Amino acid sequence: MNKEPFIRISRRDDLPIWKAWLIRIAAVIISLILCGIIIYGLVKLNPLKVYITMWQGAFSTEKRCWITIRDCMMLLCIGVGLAPAFRMRFWNIGAEGQILVGGIATAACMLYFKSLPTPLLLLVMLIASVTAGALWGLVPALFKARWETNETLFTLMMNYIAIQLTSFFVSKWENPYGSNSVGIINRTSQEGWFPSIFGQQYLLNVIIVMALTIGMFVYLKYSKHGYEIAVTGESERTARYIGINVRRTIIRTMLLSGGICGLAGFVAVAGASHTISTSTAGGRGFTAIIVAWLAKFNTFVMILVALLLVVLEKGAAEIASIYSLSEYASQMIEGIILFFILGSEFFINYRLIFRSKAKEVQA
Amino acid sequence: MNEPAVSMRDISKTFGTVVANDKVWLDIYRGEVLALLGENGSGKTTLMNMLSGIYYPDSGQITVDGREVSIRSPKDAFDLGIGMIHQHFKLVDVLTAAENIILGLPGKGRLDMKAVAAKIRSICDLYGFDIDPNQKIYDMSVSQKQTVEIVKVLYRGADILILDEPTAVLTPQETDKLFNVLRNMRNDNKAVVIITHKLHEVEEISDRVAVLRHGAFVGDMLTKDTTPSEMTNMMVGHPVSLNIVRPEPENPRPRLTVEGLTVRDADGIVRLDHVSFTANSGEILGIAGVSGSGQKELLEAIAGLQHVESGSITYLDDQKGPESLIGKNPLEISRMGVTLSFVPEDRLGMGLVGAMDLTDNMLLRSFRKGRSLFADRKTPHRLAERVVHDLDVNTPSIDTQVRKLSGGNVQKVLVGREISSAPTVLMTAYAVRGLDINSSYTIYDLITKQKQQGVAVIYVGEDLDVLVELCDRILVLCGGRVSGIVDGRNTSKREVGLMMTKLGGEAGK
Repeated sequence: MNKEPFIRISRRDDLPIWKAWLIRIAAVIISLILCGIIIYGLVKLNPLKVYITMWQGAFSTEKRCWITIRDCMMLLCIGVGLAPAFRMRFWNIGAEGQILVGGIATAACMLYFKSLPTPLLLLVMLIASVTAGALWGLVPALFKARWETNETLFTLMMNYIAIQLTSFFVSKWENPYGSNSVGIINRTSQEGWFPSIFGQQYLLNVIIVMALTIGMFVYLKYSKHGYEIAVTGESERTARYIGINVRRTIIRTMLLSGGICGLAGFVAVAGASHTISTSTAGGRGFTAIIVAWLAKFNTFVMILVALLLVVLEKGAAEIASIYSLSEYASQMIEGIILFFILGSEFFINYRLIFRSKAKEVQA
Repeated sequence: MNEPAVSMRDISKTFGTVVANDKVWLDIYRGEVLALLGENGSGKTTLMNMLSGIYYPDSGQITVDGREVSIRSPKDAFDLGIGMIHQHFKLVDVLTAAENIILGLPGKGRLDMKAVAAKIRSICDLYGFDIDPNQKIYDMSVSQKQTVEIVKVLYRGADILILDEPTAVLTPQETDKLFNVLRNMRNDNKAVVIITHKLHEVEEISDRVAVLRHGAFVGDMLTKDTTPSEMTNMMVGHPVSLNIVRPEPENPRPRLTVEGLTVRDADGIVRLDHVSFTANSGEILGIAGVSGSGQKELLEAIAGLQHVESGSITYLDDQKGPESLIGKNPLEISRMGVTLSFVPEDRLGMGLVGAMDLTDNMLLRSFRKGRSLFADRKTPHRLAERVVHDLDVNTPSIDTQVRKLSGGNVQKVLVGREISSAPTVLMTAYAVRGLDINSSYTIYDLITKQKQQGVAVIYVGEDLDVLVELCDRILVLCGGRVSGIVDGRNTSKREVGLMMTKLGGEAGK
């Protein structure tokens, strides 16, 4: 009976920000060490070499750097789109579908309006993709605002509709016939492709997404709408008490969230792959949820998180091919690192008190 | 003197940077009712939670009957005969009293509910409780639920009982009943600890008083050797005057008339039944009633948050004449130019946003101002500073999340914001619930000042002593209907208490 519990958990208050980051960095380092042990134990490779290879996978050549940046911007764009919805505690896990419908709208414009001059065509594509994504976000928002349906299930199911819709258009636009794919749209004429800026093919992607990132940060932190979103998210009853129109806020915010995810589809199709398929979103609508959460919906922190995830992904693919490891080995490394980063949040919010330590305090 | 049943020595507990208990010494004796007194945030509940196994102390020793013990869980506490009745009941609504009482207890494969019921009845007979073991919790009144909680700990063989603010939710009559039971327990040689803010209850029920201030033990004494003012001084640390000033209303004129107001809740149950009254400017209209008699619905209907089935709510503007508030939401009401301030019962769930700092909470009322797309945070920041200064809010900074403040300070922030807009009608629901004496008197003072400035104040309260001292008129609700409206200066706590439980009070009156 007369024994203290071995470990007790107690909540921390107001940990200084630098300490919190120290814990996060420590988590990454520990996870790298653990991965090293596992790599050595399983395949007898020098972990340091493996890590260098991973780094090279993301940054060894200028082209690779740009691909890494392009993919990072894509992930960031979706994360920025999720931010306002998540801030309102509206769990939009339908980014995948919103990207796809945005992508379909983009591809349709590229196919049917290619005679338009490039700037006008790009503008039409932008409007079409944002509208499509916004509509895809509007449907669950309407149901949530009107009948309080569960948005998590609803947005998820909208994904499957979008995937089926994509399959339909892929077979409609099939090129060449029988390939079961759309192929590169406007391969030679490049109508509707993002133009190179200063000779950089992907600079426009960066400009669009960074503008959104900054804009969203300001919108959420300083605007009246941002404030309404925060109040509605924290407490709907407070929002009503103060006279905020909760329904309108939900609908407006989901139009915005879906619209930006639709725009991500525009960037993916017109600015990167130049084709549309069911894998255009490629699970990034879900990965972006991790981006948004890890960054606590702060769009600037999202840049870092998105970059980390993309670098991991590129590195994992590289070691898989260089050391002829299976894809799963690299996914394991990715998983371990993410697990440690997520787990470090526990140590930022709580501290452990061990029995011996408590005794010391007493003495 | 006999050996203490429990002694706590040098008990400390911190939450993050907040020191909840600092080297507290406390002895609890059998055959005695101990009142644990202290302001909000003085660490009373934390201290008792460590006895009942909810928290574990950072340091210090606890001995029970002379043996050093380590209480790691509520089960450990029960094994030592310690049981706590929490402020918020921990009962399963859809189960019966008996089922709740045996919940979690080990037993044989086959459950003998008859034996359980018999044992419950014998406990009830011993101490003078009155419950039906087979009644479902959702059918019970607050006081019955509390009785189930008490029987639950007795059933488990507890002989050291801790009650956390048990009277906060009871009518005076119910409180009397509870105190009788506590006296029976004391006579049965049990140790009873009661946490409370109300000094007259301390004097009535306790044998000994222990006082905590800012987490530290200040002292203890026999109740018969002390006075309310001495206890208050020990709690607060400096002398406090315990008088409520009630100036005569100046030039009262009708400001808000409610007629035949009927409200049904989402389940179609009538919550307000043809309620009519007039609130005058420069006057405090008290609303008394057992909790759940329609107080919440009444205030929310006026504020535009509750759908009204029938009846009228009319705002009488001195210049513009009468205007109806029915069917308007809070935004439309404020756009009509009616400054209606509302301090709701649920402070952090409705009146404020707990996760936001003081500035952003002040912003709730003002963020729409101006045509800019961006919210002006400078004015609310200044308002927050002024409220902190004027109302003496204890906060680390303006940028602190409101939920990290203690109950009294949260309420000051809310009341401060609501009166800053110079309202013409001020509605408060349980404005001092859970607040210590010092903060309570600050709030009474603020409300009276509003009245003197000509505001029509509607004060929903539960402490009848305060209602009859503070209010000019008192409207008593009973089951959603107006039981009567009495003059605050010519009524008694007893009269109001009777009207609360019975329409119109005593028969024939």
